[in-house]
Order: sequence, then C-alpha cells, then structure tokens
Amino acid sequence: MDESRLTSTSMNEVLERFKAGKPAALSRGISIVENQRDGFEAFLHAAMQTKLQGRRIGLTGPPGAGKSSLVALLTEFYISQGERVGVLAVDPTSPQTGGALLGDRIRMNDIAIDENVFIRSMATRGSLGGLAATTKEILDLMDCFGFDRLLAETVGVGQTEFEIARAVDTVVVVLVPESGDSIQAMKAGLMEIADIFIVNKADRPGSDKLVKEVRQAIHLRSGHNFKGFAGHHGPVIEVHDTAELNELDDELGWEPLVLKTNALTGEGIQELTQAIESHEEWIQGSGELQKRRKLRTEVRIREVMHRELVNRSIASRTVNKILTKRVEAVLSGHATPYSVAMELVDQFLEKDQ
Amino acid sequence: MTIREKDVPNISEVVKALSERDQEISDLKAKLLKWESTYERANKRKAVFNSGSGTEISPLYTDLDRAEADPGLLGLPGNYPYTRGPYATMYRSKLWTMRQFAGFATAEDTNARYKYLLDHGQTGLSVAFDFPTLMGFDSDHSRSLGEVGVCGVAVSSTLDMEELFEGIPLDKVSVSMTINGPAIILFCFYIAAAEKQGVDTRVLRGTIQNDILKEYQAQHAWIFPPNPALRCIVDMFDWCSENTPKYNPISISGYHIREAGATAVEELAFTLANGFEYVEKGLESGLDIDSFAPQLSFFFDVHNDFFEEIAKLRAARRIWARRMRKVYGAKNPASWRLRTHCQTAGVSLTAQQAENNIVRVAYQAMAASLGGTQSLHTNSMDETLALPTEKAARIALRTQQILAYESGIPNTIDPLAGSFYVETLTDNIEREAEIIFDEIETLGGVVPGIESGWFQQKIAHSAMRQQNEIESGERTVVGVNQFTEGSESIEIDTLKIDKEVEKRQIAKIVALKKSRDESKVSECLSALHQACRTDENLVPKILECARSYCTLFEIRDVMQEVFGSYKEPVFF
Amino acid sequence: MSEERRVRVLVAKPGLDGHDRGAKVIASAFRDAGFEVIYTGLHQTPEMIVSAAVQEDVDVVAMSVLSGAHMTLFPRVKELLGQAGADNVLVTGGGIIPKDDVKELEDMGIGRLFGPGTSTKESIAYVKEWFAIHAVSR
Repeated sequence: MDESRLTSTSMNEVLERFKAGKPAALSRGISIVENQRDGFEAFLHAAMQTKLQGRRIGLTGPPGAGKSSLVALLTEFYISQGERVGVLAVDPTSPQTGGALLGDRIRMNDIAIDENVFIRSMATRGSLGGLAATTKEILDLMDCFGFDRLLAETVGVGQTEFEIARAVDTVVVVLVPESGDSIQAMKAGLMEIADIFIVNKADRPGSDKLVKEVRQAIHLRSGHNFKGFAGHHGPVIEVHDTAELNELDDELGWEPLVLKTNALTGEGIQELTQAIESHEEWIQGSGELQKRRKLRTEVRIREVMHRELVNRSIASRTVNKILTKRVEAVLSGHATPYSVAMELVDQFLEKDQ
Repeated sequence: MTIREKDVPNISEVVKALSERDQEISDLKAKLLKWESTYERANKRKAVFNSGSGTEISPLYTDLDRAEADPGLLGLPGNYPYTRGPYATMYRSKLWTMRQFAGFATAEDTNARYKYLLDHGQTGLSVAFDFPTLMGFDSDHSRSLGEVGVCGVAVSSTLDMEELFEGIPLDKVSVSMTINGPAIILFCFYIAAAEKQGVDTRVLRGTIQNDILKEYQAQHAWIFPPNPALRCIVDMFDWCSENTPKYNPISISGYHIREAGATAVEELAFTLANGFEYVEKGLESGLDIDSFAPQLSFFFDVHNDFFEEIAKLRAARRIWARRMRKVYGAKNPASWRLRTHCQTAGVSLTAQQAENNIVRVAYQAMAASLGGTQSLHTNSMDETLALPTEKAARIALRTQQILAYESGIPNTIDPLAGSFYVETLTDNIEREAEIIFDEIETLGGVVPGIESGWFQQKIAHSAMRQQNEIESGERTVVGVNQFTEGSESIEIDTLKIDKEVEKRQIAKIVALKKSRDESKVSECLSALHQACRTDENLVPKILECARSYCTLFEIRDVMQEVFGSYKEPVFF
Repeated sequence: MSEERRVRVLVAKPGLDGHDRGAKVIASAFRDAGFEVIYTGLHQTPEMIVSAAVQEDVDVVAMSVLSGAHMTLFPRVKELLGQAGADNVLVTGGGIIPKDDVKELEDMGIGRLFGPGTSTKESIAYVKEWFAIHAVSR
C-alpha cells in the first residue's frame, strides 16, 4: 500500500473536510465506516457531535418494483422544496462471488449532478436483513453531514425488511401488480413494518386488485372492519385533509395508507409526498417518533456493544489460550461446547475488563 | 415423394401412395438403426454439437425428421406462406440490392463517398448518421462534443440533407436511412430535400429504419417514451401510404438485437413480435391493415452458423405470412409477404487477424442470399477497428458481386429447399419462436416486456453466455481463442475523422440560423407544439418545420416538451 | 475489525453511443470477480461520471467507448477527476480505439485500454494488479 496515499486520506483529514461540508469527505467517510476500517468507530464518534435531525424515509419492496425511480422522483420533489437530500441505495451482494452489481443510479440520472443531492450505492456484503452491517451507521453519518432528508432504498422480499424499519421514520413498501403471487408470502412481514404501501406501475392490469388485497390485509391485521372505508376514500386514498386522517390516527394509531403510483409518468407522486408528510406529522404529534428514536438509539448501543464484545473476545489472549486447551477436553468427552463457552464468557468478562 | 396439387389423384391411388410411403419409412427406420450403431461406436470430435443458438444438432437428418410435416408449409416462391421466397421469380428477375451502409464527417464528404459507391456498381444507398444525429442533437449542442461526424454523417437540418444528396437523383436511387429516435424528423428533412430536387414524393423508393421498439430492447438510441414514439411511427405509416407508396416507413430490425447478444431464435422472435406490435398500433389507430402492411419491411443479421441463418430467414417469412393472414386478417398478399434487408454480423468480426473477416463476411453473405434476402450490406474487414477505409469497403462490395455473378447461387430459387437439415431447422426455429411469442404474451406484450427489462435481460444473458463460451474455449473464434499468432500487433489502415469536421458543422449551423426566416421558424415550431398535444398527424407539421430549416434539435425539443423523455430500465 | 477491502468500480458508458453489450458484459464479469460494480447506464456526460465516481468513492472508473469520441471523453473524465481531488482513481476502459490514440491517452495518464476481443479475465487481472499496488485505504 502506497504510504503517501495512506496519509493523504488519514481519518483526521477526512473528518475535518467532512465537518467543512465537502461531499468527497462524506463519501470517503462512508467508505471508512462501510469497510469498518480500524478506528471507524472513533471516526463516527467524532463525526456525530451534531444532533441527528434529518427526516428519514425508507423504501423497500421486491426487485423491479420501481423503488429507484420513486426515490428519484421523491428527491426531485424535495430539492424543488429547497431541501438537501441524501440517498442510500442498498443491493444484495452475490453470495457466490462476494461481488455486487449496483445499478440504482441508472434511474437517478436526472438528479445525479444536482449539488443538493448525494447518492451512494452499497452492497449488503453478506449481511442478512436487507441492510448491510453498517447501513444504519452510514445513515447516521449522512444525517450528521446535514441533509434535510435521507432516503434509504433496500430490497425487501418478505422476511428481511425489519432492519429498515429500525433505521428510518417512515417506511414505504413498494409493490407492483406482477408481484401479486408473492404478496401472500411477504404479507406478514410487510404488514408489520409498512407505514405506506405503494402499488407502483398502476397502469398494469391487476393493480386495483392488489390495492384491494393489501387494504384487506391491513384491516384484518388491525382487527377492524372499516365499513365503507374504501367508499369514503375512493379507490385510492386521497390525502386532501390531513386533519381528517389525524383524527382517525388518534383513535387507532397509524393506519397504513395504500396509494397507486406510476413512476414512469410521475402519477401519484404528489399524493405520496403528502402521505409521507401526514405520516411525519402523526409520528411527531403522537410521540411515536420519540419512541422510535429511543428504540433506535438503544438498539444501536446494543449493536455496537455486541460488535465490540465479539471483536474483543476474538482478540482476547485469555480466551484464545483457554479455548485451545479446552477444545481437547470437549473432544475427549470431558466437557461440552456449552460448558466451555460459558466458562470462557465468565473468564472474559472478569479478566478482560 | 410429393403430391402435387395439379394432378388430383383418385382415392385408390392415394391409398396406394400412402402404403408405399409407409413401407419407405419403415425401411428407412431399419437402415437408420444400423447406421446409428455404427455412429455410436465411432470417435466423435465433441460429445455434443450445438447450433449458434445453443440448440443441439443431430448427427444426421433424414426423411424421417419431416415425415409428419405439412407440405403446405413449403409452398412455392411468391406464394403463401412464402417459405421459399417473397417473390415468384426471386434473383432470376432481380438480384438483391447491394446496399453498403456509409456515412461520415459532413454531408459533403459523405456525398462524395456515395458517388464513388454508385460509380462502382452499388445499387442503393444507405445512410449512416453520427451519434448526435441519432440522438436528436445538433452538431453544435454541448452533448455532441467529440462525436460530430465520427461514426456517421452529421445531419442537423434540411440543408445538410440537401448537400448529402447533391447530384444524386432521388427519383432514381433508393435510399435507406438508419435512424430511429428522431426518425420522423429526418424523414421530413429527406422529403424536403427531395422536393427541393423537384422530385415527386410518390416515386421515392427507400426505407427508413424507424424501429423504436428494438432501440428500447437493444440499440438504445431513443428519445421519447414508448407511447408517443409509437404514435409518431403510426403517423408515418398513415402519411406514407398516401404520399410515398413506394417507400418503406419502417424496417423492423433484428440486427441490433442480435448484435447486442441475442441468439438467432431470439432475434427472430423478438423482431417479429415487434412487428406484430406495430401492426396492432396501426390497427388501434384505425388504419386498415392492407393500407400499411405492404410497406412494412424487415432487417436481419446474418451470423456465422450458416444453415441456422438460412433457416431463420425462411421461418421468418412463414411466421409473418401466417400471422398477417390468420390473426390480423390481411387480404392483400403483399401484406403477408415479409421482405428483408440483411447485414453480415458486425459482432462476428475480429480485431485479431482482421483480414480473416473477409472470409467470414463472404460465408455470411452466402447464407443471406440462400435465405432469399432482398438487399444486403456486407461488412468491411476493418469495422471492429474504425470506420472502413475505401479499400476495405470496396472488397466488401466485391464480395457481393462475386457471390452474385460468379458463384451461381442466384441461378435457382431457394436451392436448399427440401434439404432434410434446412427444413427441419426451419420448422424447429418456427416452433421455438412460437414459444417465445407465448412468453411475451404472458408478460402483457412487448412494451411491458421492455419496461420490466425482460427483453434486455434475455439479450444480456445470451451475450454473457457467448462471452463465457469464447473464454472457456467451448466456442472457437479463429485468431482469437484458437490459431492465434502470439502477440500480434493490429496493423491496418483506418479512416480517421479530422477534428475540423466538428468546427465546420458548427459554423454551418450558425450561418443557417442567420440566413433563415426566423419568424417562419418559430411559427412552424409552435404549430408543431400544438399538434403534439392533439391526435393530429405530425408529419405535415414537421415537414413544414423541415421546409423552413428548423434544426433537428429545435424540432426534437418542442416534441420532447410535450412527450417527455424515455428513462432507461437496466437489468442484468 | 477491518475486513478485506472490496474493489469498487464504476462502469460507465459515456457519450451518445448506446452499444452497451461490452459494458454490461464487463460489469457482470467484474461482479463475478468479486468487485462491487456501480453501473451508471447509458449516455453519461463526463460530469455525471465524475460526480458518481466521487460519491461512490470508487477505486476505478471503467468506460466503454465505441463511438470514436475517446479522445474527447477519456481526457475530460481524467481532468474532472483531478479537479475533484480524485486523481488517485484509475481511469481505464475499452472500445474501438486505434493504436496511436491508445498511446496518446496512456501518455496522459489513462490506464490500460482494451481493444475488441479482449478476454474479461485480462481486464480483471489488470484491475486486481493495479488495486494491489495503488489502492488507497478507505
């Protein structure tokens, strides 16, 4: 490794330029965190001296649902409102080769060189849950950089989207009529996390049917049967009057909205931004945001602890020394993996403080 | 053993013939079993022999392979279902048109090349435009930087089109133009230039590619989204059937689909599916099938697998004829008849030992003529390196002339008909294409297939598979993965475009904008803007713009304001 | 705990030519070689490519140019990367590029340029080798 280059990208320098608002430093900072380069936690600690206040929206759904196009359209809308937007697009790593093909930027060409937009693609690198191990930390880093809005896009196929729900304020689940068959399988998982459902490619046959199915599933889950709900709001819930919705929410919590969009023509985008806004209003007004942020922070602390404990225990000489010895005991039948593991944890917690 | 339609046999003769036939078949089966046991014991060069498309080829084809086939599938040339050729007399009356694709630098430079080609016995012209023109940018647009006149000729207005054909009588020479995204605009430039020559548009012969669906699928020179783009095409069908009856307003092209990686079968099926889509759009807009279908033309790639390519062209004609007649109810035989241009496969050329390309091209050209093409472009040996030099282009043309005048191939019609192998391949390709049509139908049609990336993925997968086969050595490419000559350096004269070309083009546009009637220009453009918002046929409006020397980008821009732009869905 | 650094490559198709067969094949091959590939799609301006390269913090920008505009596009991307402070990014690529032009571009600091018929293995080996020697820690 070239030494002069090493120093030219030293973390302190990156940090300084990060604080001065240089996008290239954000970009390098993301790499540092993503690669979990030695000292990245100190880097994050230093970068996170500002309060996190970007509004975070997560979009998830099956591949090919049009998430990237929707992200591009939402971004276009937010920058037209004078906001600065950070986009994080997460795609799966190939389990066979460890490589990844990240193509989300293709749909974002229209916003790619706007100075108020920053787009980063990342691969999951073998992590489950639809997010990479460091996605949430990267979102924090982007948040500290001062974006007004953060959009996170992840592939979700039914069981793995819970992670994103923990990282953002509003979860938008994007479906397409073609994904109809797989909906059954993913319904349970998606119902748990969605704040807003989008049926994209609404010009395709089957979109009304899908809207209906999703809506039924929501009502089943919430245990309410809203008589005339669809009739009252029309085939697509139109969010004209947020007060009306708020009233509904106060009684029932948040009822996920179901909207139709067509990312190719831009139809339904305005309604989507309104829906996001009303969710934000609800989540703030109801105290839910505080609750989610608290939980998010708690989870984060635990995760960092977990990572640190694992790393330290792997590096611990005491642990390694005893481990090598005790393996023999297990093999000769004098101990089991369980007794050894317990012994090691006890030893580690006592001695490696 | 064939039963001719003319001599109507009586029943006892038929019964006798059939039992003789049964006897023949069982004899053949017995002999074949014996042959097979010999074959099984022998050494073989490979375990499996595949066609270029990857379908397994039998060691031997016999009468048995087509014992069940309907003799009506073959027919006679010029007769339904046109398996044996679209015209009754084929090359006995008229050889295929030798049409070499050419264009570079400015209209003036290309005009000189055209005159050279016509002097050397070429019988039709084929215009290659540069990338800015293909994408609807004027030479002075910032996005054109570095690409003006490089890969084709730059045409930014009717003025350039006039210069392109200066001294070439458009009432005599048929002209084909490879342009798609902004085809309707370039077509109007062409019409305006012909008018300027004093030519009646009704005598104009030629073809404009104008096939936007394959652009979305493979070639990627698009501007507008599918619906408005298809509307422009249907407007041209309508206008051309009235005003340019001898001109083909579309060339439904498999070439680019194939070059992007598709197999022969995919090329055939995707292209015909696109053709059906255009037909359906025409019908939806209220046109009568027989008013525009006779003017639809095709364009196929002719690649290395000799017999598969021949069979592909034969199957294409049969499938098209049947659909046009049975599904779309065309009554005019001219609507059933698939006419096609062919080009040898650019992707098959190698940069290594480039002279070998002359041989590849010759075999491919032979397949095209045996497949019954109506016109042909033969690639120059140096096309993987740069634009062809004059010498390379001349050899390519001579290749066709040797085929036409020395080989004897055009002496009889469809010489391979009845070959057990070629006929079986033709039947198989047809069957495989039908499976693909069904798949496209379940996707909801061609446009949803494009939007969901289905076509693009199929093409990319096939491209990747071929690349892997070459890299693993499974597929031999002479001079590339076998019979190589060590670290040969590629020495071949290539044509380079002077940077001055860009400057000259820009100066020309600046001068044009000073000399034209600006009030006329803005009047025409705003009339076009209006028309784009209605259902009105756009050709007369754009033609008015062309006559007033509005530039390509000015016209495109007005249309784009109403139509929007296409966004690429990319899939791997 | 630092894990093995993945090679990040931006595969871009600059200019107006739409022939992306080569770009897609190389993008897939790079992925299969274990690289993280960011694919930008067609019709990219040098400005778009450089902006993406910076935001994605890539090691390599690989461009496919078949339109003959290589003498404009490669130097422009290199120049803009320099202006963005990303001059340690390798600019490489392929396409129909005459020998004299290859020489001229390499003299300007462009990496290796691969002609038609190059095996993807060769380009992968080149990127891996470059990465082993020159990659910046990030």
